[in-house]
Amino acid sequence: MANLLLDVDKISIQFGGLKAVDGFSLQLHKGELAGLIGPNGAGKTTVFNLLTGVYQPTSGSIRLAGTTLNGLKPFEIARMGIARTFQNIRLFKELSVIDNILLGQNHRTHYGLFQTIMLGQQFQAEEANMRAEALELLQIFKLDHKMDHEAGSLPYGEQRKLEILRALATKPKLLFLDEPAAGMNNSETAGLMEVVATLREKFNLTILLIEHDMKFVMNICEKIHVLDHGIKIAEGNPKHIQNHPEVIKAYLGTDEEMH
Amino acid sequence: MSEFFQHLINGISMGAIYALVALGYTMVYGILQFINFAHADIYMVGAFVAFFSARFFQLSEHPHWSWLFIILAISTAACALLGFAIEKIAYRPLRKSPKLNILITAIGVSLFLEYAGQIVFGVDPKLFPPLMPESTLFSIGGVDVMSLDVIILGISVFSMIGLHWLVYHSKLGKAMRAVSQNSTVAAMLGIHIDRVISFTFIVGSALAGIAAILVGMRYPKIEPMMGMLMGTKAFVAAVLGGIGSLPGAVLGGMIMGLSEEMVVGYLESTYRDALSFGILIIILIFKPTGLLGSRKVEKV
Amino acid sequence: MKRPLIVLAVLLVLGLVVDQAFNPYIQRTFDLVIVNIILAMSLNLVNGYTGQFSLGHAGFMAIGAYASAYLSSKFPAPTPMIPHLLFFGFYSMVGGLLAALAGWLVGQPSLRLKGDYLAIVTLGFGEIIRVIILNSEALGGARGFFGIPSPTPFSFGDFSLNPFYSFYVVAISWTVVCFFVIYRLVHSNHGRAFMSIREDEIAADSIGINTTQVKVRAFVLSSFFAGVAGSLFAHCSNFIAPSSFSMLMSINIVIMVVLGGMGSMTGPILAAVLISVLPEALRPLQELTGQDYRMIIYSLILIVLMLVRPQGLLGRQEVWDLWRKSRGKSAS
Repeated sequence: MANLLLDVDKISIQFGGLKAVDGFSLQLHKGELAGLIGPNGAGKTTVFNLLTGVYQPTSGSIRLAGTTLNGLKPFEIARMGIARTFQNIRLFKELSVIDNILLGQNHRTHYGLFQTIMLGQQFQAEEANMRAEALELLQIFKLDHKMDHEAGSLPYGEQRKLEILRALATKPKLLFLDEPAAGMNNSETAGLMEVVATLREKFNLTILLIEHDMKFVMNICEKIHVLDHGIKIAEGNPKHIQNHPEVIKAYLGTDEEMH
Repeated sequence: MSEFFQHLINGISMGAIYALVALGYTMVYGILQFINFAHADIYMVGAFVAFFSARFFQLSEHPHWSWLFIILAISTAACALLGFAIEKIAYRPLRKSPKLNILITAIGVSLFLEYAGQIVFGVDPKLFPPLMPESTLFSIGGVDVMSLDVIILGISVFSMIGLHWLVYHSKLGKAMRAVSQNSTVAAMLGIHIDRVISFTFIVGSALAGIAAILVGMRYPKIEPMMGMLMGTKAFVAAVLGGIGSLPGAVLGGMIMGLSEEMVVGYLESTYRDALSFGILIIILIFKPTGLLGSRKVEKV
Repeated sequence: MKRPLIVLAVLLVLGLVVDQAFNPYIQRTFDLVIVNIILAMSLNLVNGYTGQFSLGHAGFMAIGAYASAYLSSKFPAPTPMIPHLLFFGFYSMVGGLLAALAGWLVGQPSLRLKGDYLAIVTLGFGEIIRVIILNSEALGGARGFFGIPSPTPFSFGDFSLNPFYSFYVVAISWTVVCFFVIYRLVHSNHGRAFMSIREDEIAADSIGINTTQVKVRAFVLSSFFAGVAGSLFAHCSNFIAPSSFSMLMSINIVIMVVLGGMGSMTGPILAAVLISVLPEALRPLQELTGQDYRMIIYSLILIVLMLVRPQGLLGRQEVWDLWRKSRGKSAS
């Protein structure tokens, strides 16, 4: 239990008359790679939004390494070490590739107004550091040669990768990936699987991802949580989930995809 | 006590007029999520069209209540046409652009109408002719209720009822509500988005045209900048009631009219114009969705 | 530190030419151009780089104008040249600081609002500031504040420069300061943070950027320079009235920023020059028809610009980017 990083205890949220998420609980241990699946509209992204402070739960609690996250603003939660990507890619499209990464490092780097204006030593040193770090990150997905391109000009798959890199630039403990494999073909997905595993190693990450690509999820996740209509209906390892009757029922008609 | 009743009547009268203009703002906001800065200037044009029509027909020589409706029709039609034209020429091409751009355009249209108005209509104020004979209908609590106030209230209420019927009991109204809730799906269901938006502008502007006549009857001095003051107050009324909400606009308008009257009556009249900005700031800081508005959750 | 000093030196020399070669009327236009440049650059920080639509810039300008006017009337600057100019610089700094304070007070509650709402609230605050000044007898009320001293002309023995140059020294120094402060800020973490808010505020939140604080920072800095511009305006006009700082003035500044290109430094400078010079260019037409077509032309500029070239003259580029591009093309 000393390894428990994220403790989500029966969180719920209501939008008007609709309870989008109802009594959802989840535990993430350090270094874990878990998946959150469920049919469309189940509330998966809503869970992410609750965990990152975009929405406030109407009940329940969220704790990161013992500290309660309820009531904190998204930027405060981000500074505590939770980073995320978005279902609909939210890159800074008109800024350059490297600027997107540098922005990920923004909250960790501090040089004052005066330093900046006078182009002081500290400013120049920090900027150089940041750029070096940013380039290293870009090299992971071979995006370094495109560093001055406009982020929005990248092909879709590379944009998704860039968003992951930007999240990594914040040096998170916990990484939430919202459909990282969306729009990717089989070979790209395989490549992504490798990269995600490597990233976890290299950066000491705990990862929770939402995905619809079942091959991806079953192959890479150690534990899977299943959500349907805002309620968690199952939890366990891939094999357990594949044969779970409730899960199959929820995905009625698409059970071929599960194998 | 009778003073209080006088203020009450004035407040209700003005409040109804603010409500009519506020409805225009709120309708456009509900359907496009944008504040039509030029709305109040359309109202101003209506007043001047009415003024020149009245002069053309030499109405001041024989005021008769039937003229009222003719001038009303002319003003309403002029405003409706202007609103339609502005939407088609200046706003429609920008529908896919960032919100900021259309806001800037709206400011541009507003300025254009004001300053072109100054050149075309002349800078100095004009006196709106009386459109119908003035008479005291009855007395309440020692205060004379003028036929003017009754007519203003009557026309306003009639317009609002008409609007209500249009929005909630007609096919076009249903389309308007659909587009304001989800324009993508509405389009997929075969609703002609452009036509619905045009229609919204037409109706909103028509209401402004009606308001222009009512104001002209109550405060006969009109000038090209009159839109600015009315615009601020009506806009605040719309925000107060909850922008996007039709009943909110009416409620906001009435509150605006009544509170303004009370401030003028019992406090300093110089604070009257600052009142609207004060109310605006308080509302936006404490309850930005307004009294009857609902919070729109942004999808992340 | 080198580059700004070199630029300042060059501009000071150019100023001497203007001082000696042109008549006071043209010099007055120069004064206004400089004031407008500072106004445009400062507003661009909020509207352009940070993407927040503020319509109340004139209010902060007014605070700077009145504060410094009051100070320099009550405590006139001493006569020896250097202290004289330093006093004026100091008074404009005070004007800027007070405006910055107002910016902080206004910004804190307002910057939580989005788009249209922010525009309306800032417009409201600008008007409230104007109405407060209008109702203060100590500041002259509606009649205005008279008798604001201008910097006295330099003289060396028998030779003396025009009053223009003394004002110019203070004004152009501020312009250079404003330019370099904003330029360097924009090309740093701070600038990137501003732009991240413009691009996608939710994404900016998600990477740990305190968006409200960053917006307030941009707002306060922008208000500071608006206040400085206001005090410069007061000291080259010798007379100010609340009517000079109305909604129309705020819209004027917005026009400069939109025309120049939101997100460029040199764009708004160019636009400020154009807009300042336009009334003069229109003078023959005005004399011919007896009508002031300025506002109509401005409004048409806005409408047409949004339809045809919403990014303004330079978009997010600088003048030297365009020059580089044209050279690149001819080289290949």
